[in-house]
Amino acid sequence: MTVSEIFKTMEYGTAPESAAEAKAWLDRHDSTFGLFIGGGFTKPGEDRFDSMNPANGETIASLTEATSKDVDAAVKAAAKAQKHWAALGGAGRARHLYALARLIQKHARLFAVLESLDNGKPIRESRDADIPLAARHFYHHAGWAQLMEREMAGYEPIGVAGQVIPWNFPFLMLAWKIAPALAMGNTVVLKPAEYTSLTALLFADICIEAGLPEGVVNIVTGHGPVGAMIAEHADVAKVAFTGSTRVGRNLREQTAGTGKKLTLELGGKSPFIVFDDADIDSAIEGIVDAIWFNQGQVCCAGSRLLVQESIAERFHDRLRQRMRTLRVGDPLDKSIDLGCIVDPVQHQRISEMVALGVDEGADMFREETSLPENGCYYPPTLLIGVEAGDTLAQEEIFGPVLVSMNFRTPAEAVQLANNSRYGLAASVWTENINLALGVAPQIKAGVIWINCTNQFDAAAGFGGYRESGFGREGGREGLYEYVKPSYLKSLKDAAPVTPHSLTEGGGEGIDRTAKMYIGGKQARPDSGYSQPIATPKGKLISHVGIGNRKDIRNAVEAATAASGGWAKASGHNKAQILYYIGENLAARRGEFETRLREMTGVSSKVAAGEVEAAINRFFTYAAWADKYDGQVHSVPLRGVTVAMKEPVGVMGIACPDEAPLLGFVSLVAPAIAMGNTVVAVPSQAHPLSATDLYQVFDTSDLPGGVVNIVTGPRDELTKTLADHYGVDGVWYHGTQDGSAMVERAAAANLKRTWVNYGKAIDWTDPAQSEGEEYLRHATEVKNVWIPYGE
Amino acid sequence: MTVSTKDITQTADQLPVAAHPARFPRNPGIPLDLDWVSSVQVNTSAVERRAGSLGARRSVKKDYQAAWLLRAITLMDLTTLNGDDTRGKVRRLCAKAKRPLRRDLIEALGVEDLNITTGAVCVYHEMIETAVEALEGSGIPVAAVSTGFPDALSPFHLRVKEIEESVKAGASEIDIVISRRHVLTGDWQALYDEMRAYREACGEAHVKAIISTGNLGSLRNVARASHVCMMAGADFIKTSTGKESVNATLPVSLTMVRTTREYEARTGFKIGFKPAGGISKAKDALVYMSLMKEERGNDWLEPDLFRFGASSLLGDIERQLEHFVTGRYSATFRHGIS
Repeated sequence: MTVSEIFKTMEYGTAPESAAEAKAWLDRHDSTFGLFIGGGFTKPGEDRFDSMNPANGETIASLTEATSKDVDAAVKAAAKAQKHWAALGGAGRARHLYALARLIQKHARLFAVLESLDNGKPIRESRDADIPLAARHFYHHAGWAQLMEREMAGYEPIGVAGQVIPWNFPFLMLAWKIAPALAMGNTVVLKPAEYTSLTALLFADICIEAGLPEGVVNIVTGHGPVGAMIAEHADVAKVAFTGSTRVGRNLREQTAGTGKKLTLELGGKSPFIVFDDADIDSAIEGIVDAIWFNQGQVCCAGSRLLVQESIAERFHDRLRQRMRTLRVGDPLDKSIDLGCIVDPVQHQRISEMVALGVDEGADMFREETSLPENGCYYPPTLLIGVEAGDTLAQEEIFGPVLVSMNFRTPAEAVQLANNSRYGLAASVWTENINLALGVAPQIKAGVIWINCTNQFDAAAGFGGYRESGFGREGGREGLYEYVKPSYLKSLKDAAPVTPHSLTEGGGEGIDRTAKMYIGGKQARPDSGYSQPIATPKGKLISHVGIGNRKDIRNAVEAATAASGGWAKASGHNKAQILYYIGENLAARRGEFETRLREMTGVSSKVAAGEVEAAINRFFTYAAWADKYDGQVHSVPLRGVTVAMKEPVGVMGIACPDEAPLLGFVSLVAPAIAMGNTVVAVPSQAHPLSATDLYQVFDTSDLPGGVVNIVTGPRDELTKTLADHYGVDGVWYHGTQDGSAMVERAAAANLKRTWVNYGKAIDWTDPAQSEGEEYLRHATEVKNVWIPYGE
Repeated sequence: MTVSTKDITQTADQLPVAAHPARFPRNPGIPLDLDWVSSVQVNTSAVERRAGSLGARRSVKKDYQAAWLLRAITLMDLTTLNGDDTRGKVRRLCAKAKRPLRRDLIEALGVEDLNITTGAVCVYHEMIETAVEALEGSGIPVAAVSTGFPDALSPFHLRVKEIEESVKAGASEIDIVISRRHVLTGDWQALYDEMRAYREACGEAHVKAIISTGNLGSLRNVARASHVCMMAGADFIKTSTGKESVNATLPVSLTMVRTTREYEARTGFKIGFKPAGGISKAKDALVYMSLMKEERGNDWLEPDLFRFGASSLLGDIERQLEHFVTGRYSATFRHGIS
């Protein structure tokens, strides 16, 4: 078209970003890559696969499919490098991370163009979001390396981290994984997604350029099985994965019982809630950023629009109007809003999901603009009339497809928002600060954006609730995923404790039978069976009920019913009750000492020590109840980003046999201090100190259902808890096999687990048996982003 | 809320409507709707984010950029509003308005047939006659700032009279300035009545309401004032006088442009938008134009619905176009000054 013609049509034309530099880099590598192991590239392997440019289907590179030998070599290189890397100290590592950050910035455009070529995302996004955020992640964590000795005292590196990342933000996810791992003194073996490995390989070049010690970063390419090889490798101590919930579940099962620390950042179906007093135009623009950012291939995409019914029609009209100006096209064109879907396989999946949605009765809208003829493009799509139970309201689509539902009241908005197995993020739009800040804590999600969406920063944790995974990336909360407590290495295996068998009858005094404790009431076992608990000499002390899965079911129901009220109770209120429990326990000190001596045969001095420590522990967590504060993160935003600590929810706790009273108290007290409700399975051999406690609870104003006690076969009962979809977390102190069982069963709904792998904690040593580590496991961090300013 | 046709007809009856053929019916205004005004919500942070990403979301290059810059010239109210303006200065401005680009550049661009001129010339009352005379036959309208510009604190009857005098002198567009105090005290009725009186005084001349965003304290006030002015019959809403410490910015522009969309959705009338003050670079002009195209569509890239109030923007556009034509960076002295 001539200038004169354009003057009349006023079209945008194209504004292509040159791919010349990226192609030159590929040429320098002959477009064929080996693996990056031990500081250098290996020769390209025999078994290779193609990396494709989704914009035109052309092959841009040939990549090596790593073998198990390769993975072994990479892990060896990482393990060899790790000691020196850790010994370098925080300040030494900080300089390397700083150098990496600088080099990423210096090569920013090359990274951005290569990313868009490989992944199909708009150059504007790779240039303005992915790459700057990745550089920022390295800068931020250079800082944490510098401060590690001081800020993370009592913790040490885990070792070799195996990291498997997705294709939607290839380089940003690399940064999220590698930066904190390196900062905390770990070394890594990372597998990029098979669709998008190129920026990871460019990063390998950067590692060489930065003079990073050999083996600190290793990058192996390949498909899913390579990821599994890394996760399964015996010398990998930490596994971090971002990707689908299905693979995440597999990893949880695979690593169960191995002692490998695991973080999973999985799928989502995040709600985007618009109240009737929102700035409608801004909310519409928020939707563009929520579901059409990166073609909707974002785990935290605001894919479920919830609109207040009173404005729904007007809102949908405006949204359709806005969709008409979205531009879909060549990812390297600077003037497009949506680029390509990463691969035809994904395109197919999106198409099928949308067809299903329409089949289920959704009303589809999309602008009938022409898409580029070649390339893997999918148009922005809106589905109205989707109801909560429909497939598309529940399942992740991972494409530019928004489904919309209406609500009537704030309470119903929360209910719909939480009507999901996922819990990654939520966006809330209202000009009423009371409403916004009232709704934010009620939504089960790791990130809440008030009047904004898809905000990310290295200083703020990111990660999910429920089946969106566990662990956080970014912020102080993210560092704990890459360290372990220093005391762990000194722990010994827990000695097996067998119940004393009954050799003589009781007979003295009035018969006492310890009941179970459910919903604040004493309960008989559903089974109708009891078992005797005897002294070491075989004399009957009391009977306890033999609990079964129905008792667990009842206890979980009671804990769930109590959960809302207890979570909302003020820290002060919880503290008062915990102090009161401590006080009442002290009043019955003698009785508890006697019980311990009877059951376990310990000396009166030891028994007195344990009771005293238990009283003290209640006081400790009473003290913490109103002091385990959240944080305000320093993110680049005019506003505040508040990291709130919220209870995990309903927790199952299997208590240790050693220290039957103190072990129970050490686990249950922090859990309830943080607002969780608990179903506790006491020591199977010595359960009576726990059951004795319910009388203390009853006299201490503890609301019914906050602590529930089910006695009986520990592992069997714990299995029911770990399997239960309504239980949010399980702590387990028992055997190695039991630990594996808990972690494996927990995969079903990806509940949080914390197990002892058969090791014995010294419950009398506060360094390992109380404090912030316990509180951290009893809480989830929710980051609430609140921009402000009139 | 809905506006019944009856209301509009009645209101329209009271006001003279432009006689010359126009693309769209002129906004006759509607009765003041206070519920609507008070329901207006603007989230400043979100508006700033959107405004901040506009420049990065759309990029116009090469031939397209040249065409867009030519279009920008036709959207320009070439302006001089200075105490030392003389007839000679205004004649020079008008000459520039008629021939904004060097002939050789026009030829090189192959746009002789487009007859590129600026959208209007904008002056104080005293200069209207000179401008009208200088522009005779060019079809370029003369706009006059009025109503005690820039502070609008002269006696009300004189402000109305000033409009009448300016229209009589030949101005076909009147840029009025609202009383900011009415916005700051929430006296929407007073603002509406004032604007309505100005609109009536304008007769067939089109009226641009300068809401002086830099004085209003919040984007919410910007949006509310915009709505009230449109309800009272404004043809255009305009950001600033150019004399405030903060003039046109992308966030206030986005806010105002969105109010025109809302107004159209509710009443069916299209309202023009004029950012003024501080837009001096060709690149800024392109961002504003993409804002208009994105938020309102191509209709808002025509001078009857979009104008730049600018005095130095043209110079930068000329330099950019010469660069496009020659491949060499240009210099100010190579182009005629206004």
